[in-house]
Amino acid sequence: MTLGAANQETAQEAAAPVVQLRAVTHRYGATLALEDVDLDIPAGCMAGLIGPDGVGKSTLLALAAGVRRLQSGDIQVLEGDIRDRRHLQDCNYRIAYMPQGLGRNLYPTLTVTENLDFFGRLFAQPQAERQARIADLLQATGLDPFPDRPAGKLSGGMKQKLSLCSALIHDPDLLILDEPTTGVDPLSRQQFWDLIDHIRAQRPTMSVIVATAYMEEAERFDWLAAVSDGKITATGTPEEVRNQAQQPTLEQAFIAMLPESVRAGHQEVVVPPFQPTATGYAVEAKSLTRKFGDFVAVDSVEFKIARGEIFGFLGSNGCGKTTTMKMLTGLLPASSGEALLFGETLDARDMRTRQRVGYMSQSFSLYSELTVRQNLDLHAELYRIPLAERAGRVAQMLQSFELEEDADKRPDALPLGIRQRLQLAVAVIHSPEVLILDEPTSGVDPVARDAFWQHLIGLSRNDGVTIFVSTHFMNEAKRCDRISLMHAGRVLTIGAPQEILEESGAPTLNDAFISYLKQAADESETAAPQGVPQAVDQPDLQAGGSTLVSDVQPAPRRRLFFNLARMWAYTRRETLEILRDPLRLTFAFLGPIILMLTFGYGISFDVEDLPYAVLDQDQSAESRSLLEAFSGSRFFEERDPAYSTAELAARLRAGEIAIAVEIPPDFGRALLRGEEPEVRVAIDAAMPFRAETARGYMQGLALSYIEDQSERTYGSVIDTSYASTETRYRYNQAFKSVFALVPSVIMLMLVLIPAMMSAMGVVREKETGSIANFRSTPVTRSEFLLGKQMPYVVIAMVSFFTLLAMAYWVFQVPVKGSMTALLVGTLFYVVASTGFGVLISTFTKSQVAATFATAVVAIIPAVNFSGLLVPVSSLSGSGRMIGLGFPSAWYQQISVGTFTKELGFAELWQNHIALVGFALFFIAASILALRKQEK
Amino acid sequence: MKQWLYNIFILGLKELRSLRADPVLLFLIVYIFSFAVYAVATGAKLEVSNASVAYVDLDRSELSGRIIEAILPPEFDRPQEIAASDVDRLMNDSDYVFVLSFPPRFEADVIAGQQPVLQLSVDATAMAQAGNGAVFLQQIITAEVNKFVAGDDSSSSLPIDLIITAQFNPNLQSVWFSSVMQVINNVTILSVLLTGAALIREREHGTIEHLLVMPVLPSEIMLAKIWANGLAIIIGAILSLWLIVQGVLAVPVAGSIPLFIAGSVLYLVSVTGLGILLATFTTSMPQFGLLVMPVLIVMNLLSGSTTPMESIPDWLQTIMQISPSTHFVAFSQAILYRGAGLETVWFDMVIMVLLSLAFFIIALLRFRQTIASSH
Repeated sequence: MTLGAANQETAQEAAAPVVQLRAVTHRYGATLALEDVDLDIPAGCMAGLIGPDGVGKSTLLALAAGVRRLQSGDIQVLEGDIRDRRHLQDCNYRIAYMPQGLGRNLYPTLTVTENLDFFGRLFAQPQAERQARIADLLQATGLDPFPDRPAGKLSGGMKQKLSLCSALIHDPDLLILDEPTTGVDPLSRQQFWDLIDHIRAQRPTMSVIVATAYMEEAERFDWLAAVSDGKITATGTPEEVRNQAQQPTLEQAFIAMLPESVRAGHQEVVVPPFQPTATGYAVEAKSLTRKFGDFVAVDSVEFKIARGEIFGFLGSNGCGKTTTMKMLTGLLPASSGEALLFGETLDARDMRTRQRVGYMSQSFSLYSELTVRQNLDLHAELYRIPLAERAGRVAQMLQSFELEEDADKRPDALPLGIRQRLQLAVAVIHSPEVLILDEPTSGVDPVARDAFWQHLIGLSRNDGVTIFVSTHFMNEAKRCDRISLMHAGRVLTIGAPQEILEESGAPTLNDAFISYLKQAADESETAAPQGVPQAVDQPDLQAGGSTLVSDVQPAPRRRLFFNLARMWAYTRRETLEILRDPLRLTFAFLGPIILMLTFGYGISFDVEDLPYAVLDQDQSAESRSLLEAFSGSRFFEERDPAYSTAELAARLRAGEIAIAVEIPPDFGRALLRGEEPEVRVAIDAAMPFRAETARGYMQGLALSYIEDQSERTYGSVIDTSYASTETRYRYNQAFKSVFALVPSVIMLMLVLIPAMMSAMGVVREKETGSIANFRSTPVTRSEFLLGKQMPYVVIAMVSFFTLLAMAYWVFQVPVKGSMTALLVGTLFYVVASTGFGVLISTFTKSQVAATFATAVVAIIPAVNFSGLLVPVSSLSGSGRMIGLGFPSAWYQQISVGTFTKELGFAELWQNHIALVGFALFFIAASILALRKQEK
Repeated sequence: MKQWLYNIFILGLKELRSLRADPVLLFLIVYIFSFAVYAVATGAKLEVSNASVAYVDLDRSELSGRIIEAILPPEFDRPQEIAASDVDRLMNDSDYVFVLSFPPRFEADVIAGQQPVLQLSVDATAMAQAGNGAVFLQQIITAEVNKFVAGDDSSSSLPIDLIITAQFNPNLQSVWFSSVMQVINNVTILSVLLTGAALIREREHGTIEHLLVMPVLPSEIMLAKIWANGLAIIIGAILSLWLIVQGVLAVPVAGSIPLFIAGSVLYLVSVTGLGILLATFTTSMPQFGLLVMPVLIVMNLLSGSTTPMESIPDWLQTIMQISPSTHFVAFSQAILYRGAGLETVWFDMVIMVLLSLAFFIIALLRFRQTIASSH
């Protein structure tokens, strides 16, 4: 095992850094994320990057993990150049990368086991090894009671553990964790770090690099680097960093080390004591409860918030804080219980109460396509601030929230701290009496956070605004007048921070919270032994059997260009995800069936029942016998006769009739005299196809009338023709539309629906963030894309068989030619059409764009230029080029050929070849367009 | 009421700003109203045009030559001579829709009054062209044979003089029809997609919640989307009609343009409302994409803009009455081609208003419910 030996060496030379950056600079457009960074991160220890959001931590980690492409400078990781493709591949096996965002690399509809199984498969682990590892990891992290729970339904802490398990499944040498604890309750956070310590104790050679915004956590790191604004401001052990800055805590040290310009204006947050000015409560919750199905998100929550008070709401993600806040704003109706605002029951429809409330939701939810000023203007208008005051109010907000400089920028371009200030400005623009803020400072740097709190305190103490704020930060909780601790939908305790400390006897609020959580967990365990999550339960780390670092022997690592097992991992996962979205699956199968029915019965080129009216100015026996020829035809449908030429014209214009027949006076006499009297027929040619057909019918009718006449006059038909034409309608003797349409509908359905489904494949992963798994693991581009495409090919084939069955039994259109040629052609075709979807997916950035692009690009050639309406052989110019440049026109030949023409491979093989060509082209283009490393 | 209208107005402005900031969508709107209209209008013709003809000439006489000479564009491509043994293969490959076979001694038999039989093979799977093309070819053959026998060009064997005039499109130019219908189809596609996606996007980005805590009603949010997206689309459609249809394709418009625009506004309200309604039935873009595809195809292909409405079975015609596209197509054909006035089209306009109301009310009822359930 050469790799094992390499690990040993790494451990021995502990001095050699695990990650080494030299002059690394990284830009996103005009924004500078990292500026000329030199950094040596020591191996074999727990190294931390501290600093707020948006300073370049994530970029640095992504570059080190090899998921982002290096722009300039050099990075050595695990003693190799990250630019070296072979070394990068090697790194994919040896590094585990957990991206930012709680559970972002997980698949919410997949269960705990299925998620881990997927990651195991990405490393091509054989089944036995995978199962053993999964069992070990689940046991060690305390997730073993919930192997079948979907990841999306786990609590924040459990998601984070699952993410960690998925990172550890392949025994990495370097573990890179990007803000793993953001949004997790303090107890889960503590357990998480214990878990990491435990792993490191078992695997001392493993290096861990962590980014965090919580300065308290950084105290336990072996080594840390403070990052600020794309630069490293300090490195060393926590003690060294504190000493350097001569500050008692890391947080204060961090602030002290910031450049003067950033620190300017920063001051300690001082909270003047709360002195109630008004009586009564601003917000009251009375046994407020919210259920989603069986799941109780908020369980009989009670609290009262006095007017002008700052009320803090603490709890982990998913504990019900957000749901409670949404009920208080009227966004969600309560399942039971009551929410009161200023003593009155909340009425979501009452516009006046909405004027009194300001709300700031958890994620940034302003319009990123509008500038800062436009966002403020929009809200000022919607909050009905009188026109005269509006401009002044917006200017005042810009000034007091220090947004003037950025007033004409779009929020996307601004750091999180400024965006949060903008959200606060928007939430208070109408001077509300109550502010409801859902985690307003999560991810914001300490300086900006303090500045934010200065605003809040000012609003509360100067303007008497009641503030209801949720947070993860304990130092923020301390600033609140009262706080409540929430867990699993229930409020554990409420009180002033000092009271809670005294009551629990804990030294810090953090510890107090942890003790309440443990207490709650114990209670729930005794009360409900099975259902309730035990995530808060401390896993038994010391137990001999549970080990995070598996002693399962890893299968020999073969570096293959293409590995079926890894491709299968994606196929399996994609399939599971589709199966868990029954609505999508229903649309996928039902759509084609409905369309087949409507088209099979609906589209017809048989022109029949054309409405006509007659103006018979002759009223002779001759004219009547001419008109009988009309009324006897199934092609025409008689309407009331007309009495004037003008009337005929008007009715034609109104669309009531399609044909107007005018017989002149003296028609009969002229006919008998052999004078060839005129009969005028006007056809509505608004629709040229219909008019052309009608004209043909008219001429045929005139001929048969003449034959009829000669038969009456002479007793026998005089054959006036010198030659006859025998028309043979080949392939469709009855000349019925359905025989041509059914194969065409199959062509149409098998391109539109599969392309639409597969077009979401890649772009959806880009939007949800799970694309990180592709970037950080050994899976190759072709394995990823083909694996994702496969389930859609299968769905399309199943859909094909349902359409085939309908063709047989509903429309009685059997396959007359070679079934094999049809099946093989269909397979090639759906590979091409799903490949087309995947190609769209690799190019587009959002699902919206992918939907649009697929619909617009595919519908036009498939409907117009593929032979559904017009044979390709009579298309001209650009139409023909578009038709032949899309797989549908080729498959149309196979479909029509095998259904109606009794053809097989011998006649159709060129079409098969063309379809294979399309399939290969789309797949190859997708592989080339997709980058393994992010730009 | 004033505030209500005002909110709709400023939310709509916001919507337009969002649209302006999205280059992909703007590009697609331009593409769909320019190139897509042009390509479909000039490329795909339902009537016989450019139909491919081959012939097998075992006679090689003057008459067979004359008949072949008379098969002319634009209805037909120049006929190609092929060998008798190749007929099956070439028809199987769909290279030719029509194959004429002149038997040996064809001309001699005509002169001798033997009434020889000419074989015309038609690929009946080419539905739109097979029927009419065969009729045309027979007429050409009959006329040429008659002329040949009579020895002059004037012969008419009919006792009556049937004068058939095509009204509103005398030369039966398909471009007149397909260009306008393509604009209508594209209006449908865009309206449903744009508004539906706008709603789903707001929901996915959380901005809809933000709006709902403000003194803003769901009806305001929906109407703002309707007017803003509708405005963008109608501008695109009018420009397309003006520059591409009337300008590049030189299609004359018969009726009242203001009346047509008024009807288009009604139509846009109804289809954008439908887009919002469909969006309330789905929770994500992938679901929306799949739901919208069949709806759009049915609305476009069965509205009368592609095949004649009379050819659709009665029960399906009845069902299609709930699609606003059916009424708008009838409305547009009446005004743009036949030059009809309000007295003809008022009924379709009333129906479009009723459909808009129905879509809007159902969407409104579902709106809060879907927001609440999207946990």
